[in-house]
Amino acid sequence: MSAQHRTTAPGTSGSLARSRPRYGESVIKVVLLAAAMVSVATTVGIVIALLEPTIEFFAAVSLGEFFGSTNWGPLFNPPSFGVWPLLVATLEITLIAVVVAVPLGLAAAIYLSEYASARTRKIFKPVLEVLAGIPTVVFGFFALTFVTPLLRDVFPFLNLDGKNALAAGLLVGVMIIPIVASLSEDAMAAVPNGLREGSYALGASKMLTSVRVVVPAAFSGIVAAIILAVSRAAGETMIVAIAGGFKSVFTLYPGDEMATMAAFIAQAGSGDASVGSIAYKTIFAVGSLLFVITFTMNYFSARMVQKYREVYD
Amino acid sequence: MTSGQRRLSAVATAALVVSLAAACGGDAKPSSDGSTTAANPSAAGGEGGAQLSGEIKIDGSSTVAPLTQAASELFSEEQPQVKVPVGTSGTGGGFERFCAGETDISNASRAIKDEEKAACDAKGIKFTELTVAVDALTVVVSKENTWATCLTTDQLKKMWEPAAEGKVKTWKDVDAKFPAEELKLYGPGTDSGTFDYFTDEINGEEGASRKDYSPSENDNDIVTGVAGAKGGLGYFGFTYFEENAAKLKALEIDSGEGCVAPSVESAQGGKYTPLARSLFIYPSTTAVKRPEVAAFLDFYAGNINAIAKDAKFIPLNPEQEAKLKTDITSLKSAG
Repeated sequence: MSAQHRTTAPGTSGSLARSRPRYGESVIKVVLLAAAMVSVATTVGIVIALLEPTIEFFAAVSLGEFFGSTNWGPLFNPPSFGVWPLLVATLEITLIAVVVAVPLGLAAAIYLSEYASARTRKIFKPVLEVLAGIPTVVFGFFALTFVTPLLRDVFPFLNLDGKNALAAGLLVGVMIIPIVASLSEDAMAAVPNGLREGSYALGASKMLTSVRVVVPAAFSGIVAAIILAVSRAAGETMIVAIAGGFKSVFTLYPGDEMATMAAFIAQAGSGDASVGSIAYKTIFAVGSLLFVITFTMNYFSARMVQKYREVYD
Repeated sequence: MTSGQRRLSAVATAALVVSLAAACGGDAKPSSDGSTTAANPSAAGGEGGAQLSGEIKIDGSSTVAPLTQAASELFSEEQPQVKVPVGTSGTGGGFERFCAGETDISNASRAIKDEEKAACDAKGIKFTELTVAVDALTVVVSKENTWATCLTTDQLKKMWEPAAEGKVKTWKDVDAKFPAEELKLYGPGTDSGTFDYFTDEINGEEGASRKDYSPSENDNDIVTGVAGAKGGLGYFGFTYFEENAAKLKALEIDSGEGCVAPSVESAQGGKYTPLARSLFIYPSTTAVKRPEVAAFLDFYAGNINAIAKDAKFIPLNPEQEAKLKTDITSLKSAG
């Protein structure tokens, strides 16, 4: 409805028409447009930059080898290009992160939205968001120097490597809790009180109301929050590079050291792969794959939000 | 000059003074601060004599690069106007550019090959081989490792060759005399010159290695990894072992002539084979005629052991050091 206002308002009604052109106004418009374009242009730029080396990579390495082999070592001699070790490591660490972040994040969101008093919420929510501001390099070293030794002491039978997917995944999970909690809480807070009151009127307890009424009503927002968090987890680099390591061997055991796609990019990209070499192009091919995965997830997140959106106005 | 500009220049001067003080105050550690002194050539002029300018192009081995890089950074404190970019195309790639006349000095972790010499001859490029440091790769195990004190190069190959991947999992797989303790391997990543050298010497081909070891460009990771695993084994430069000798045990290496422990003496004397090697630089005779190149080589030779220590290499013994200096003197007079 605001769009209607905008199109009909200026000009037409005589006395309110502008007396002289406002150049300042158009300058501001251009500046604001430019600001909005920066993020669009960056995304387009990234896609273009990724595309060319990726195409060149697949001219040299077949899709069959890339997706059909579990042998990854583009910087070794002879090189091998089966991306599965990286893919599995990425999925595994993301899965561990989700297992940590979704229950904790949702529980925190339900508490903040339904149970906490206004005063508690005022204190807790900013604190929760501070967690989102902790640099990931800190999480990485925390995982490497505190969590891993602790896990090794408490669960020696896990036979953890010094760097392992488990500790890295746990901390990636902690990192994305604020995303899940904060966005889900926003979605739950937006559920009209009428629904809660209706539920209470039918004799439902607070817990029942929260879980059966508020959460389903805020479902689209919650799913969007989770998918955004998953995208962040899949692309997380610093924590996995520090605590997950760079060993690229096909393994499913989370106690092993394993390199994710982002870790490989960080490692190879900061190394001495000469520009134009196949090793260099591999970085872009892996980057493209990561981009496609997160882009697909974000796309489904947007679709999901539209499909399940409940409108109460 | 407005008051605003004056204030600004005062701030800039203060910043320069502070950065210079910081550069001088430190323990002669080469740092990226070099660029700040470049803005003020007169400041450093007091200590150096004539101010030279120009660019000395260096490329070649990534193993030797840290040494030449350290020389370049220390040199830039004396001669801020001379730029000394150091590339890392690898020894072979470096010689390719060197013999095409693109670079002035080539870093090499091995002696020049005959076909590379021929390429230089074809272009009329003359050069001198200078030994600048010694490097000894040290194979380390955990202090808890009671069964191994010496490994043959064949045993090392059995552990590290590509065919060992997923197969050689315990020490027993390497040698039946060893216990069935899990073999946990740590080593430098593929970008490291140490990796290139080790794979070349032990596995017979540069870059050929099993992939299921824990790679890290950070030698500290190798130290903590090996120290924390009873069956751990890793390799890195000797000076790094010296710093961590309390936590690790260095293995002797047998290349067919008995076990030799890595040490400064065995590396300098050429006994620690095949993991000790000389590192070279190859300046071209034409380039040495340029005063800035001659000054750089003088600086390199004059401070060679400080540079070697700074870059964590084994320094030359007095004989080798004297030879380096006479080589450079004769090289300059020849030009």
